[in-house]
Amino acid sequence: MTTAQAESTIPTGTWQSDPVHSHVGFAVKHVVGTFRGSFGRFEATLSDASGQTQLAGRVPAESVEVKDESLQGHLLSPEFFDVEQTPEIAFQSTGIKSEDGQVVIDGELTVKGITKPVVARGEISGSAPGPDGNERISLDLETKVDRRDYGLNWQMELPNGGETLGYDVTLSVHLELIREEA
Amino acid sequence: MKVLAISGSLRRDSHNTALLRAAAELVPPPVELEIFDGLKAVEPYDEDDDHGPGPVGARRLREAIESADAVLIATPEYNSSIPGQLKNAIDWASRPLRRNALWGKPVAVVGASTGMFGAVWSQAEVRKAAAASGARVIETELPVGHADEAFTDDGRLADTDLRGRYVEVLDELIALAEQVDLPTAVAA
Repeated sequence: MTTAQAESTIPTGTWQSDPVHSHVGFAVKHVVGTFRGSFGRFEATLSDASGQTQLAGRVPAESVEVKDESLQGHLLSPEFFDVEQTPEIAFQSTGIKSEDGQVVIDGELTVKGITKPVVARGEISGSAPGPDGNERISLDLETKVDRRDYGLNWQMELPNGGETLGYDVTLSVHLELIREEA
Repeated sequence: MKVLAISGSLRRDSHNTALLRAAAELVPPPVELEIFDGLKAVEPYDEDDDHGPGPVGARRLREAIESADAVLIATPEYNSSIPGQLKNAIDWASRPLRRNALWGKPVAVVGASTGMFGAVWSQAEVRKAAAASGARVIETELPVGHADEAFTDDGRLADTDLRGRYVEVLDELIALAEQVDLPTAVAA
């Protein structure tokens, strides 16, 4: 049996994310550890239909998933994602290239209605057919943002001083994408 | 537009209730300021009692907040912190999350004390609890110290600078209420 190996070649065609075998998550320092959460719903498309390969993604902010109902409610509130006013998190690439064996994607990330440039780095696999016969690739990306750039400013001082929640947030996207029939 | 004003003090001659009454002449028409008079009747929060619209006192509080476009809270400071009955009211108004009365509601917090600090710690704690409940809380505070000397005989703030800062707080609250589309009930 062979599996697709990581490579940096940007594939041609149009590819849609498989939500079951993909994951969109975040990690942020909490007191002394790392707190992780994810988003249950999202969609991503990698496509060269415009003549230039582009990656676009959309995430309903209210699909944020953490292990506590009250915390989830707080994340949906105006102090964090403010989902009634700004229901969507979005990414649109502005450039995709291969660099030192990695894929490097420049783009614009919109959170809470604020759009900022980001650079995501990672790996893209070669394609292989899945059990259903459809061609699949994987795209693993990571970037780091300062949540204050997007108006997510919440903080609480610790009993002995210092901050409860870090400001640097690592965003991790692990996509399995299925080739769309031409 | 209606601003619901809630005083965290139950005392008849409360300086914080006076601070809310002083706001009435500072809000521009047609903004209407309604002072909530049912805080003392709000039952102690008990999740066992929190079903349907809740017991009568809590229900009245929730309905008053829901019918308002914004909320102005004036808080005293007890033992460096928020008065228990005010915190209890916020707890009722915070449940259930996303369908609660405070969710998305513009809120401003002011405070008066007879000491020199004007209940700043308590104001910070009210802002924290309201924001954690999903309210849209403005950060500007209004500490009114030496509250026993702060008001004129006709109930206005005697200090013109302080009155000007109060107007700024109220203007910020009203502007936020005009800008925000308040959510209707959201399905869980």
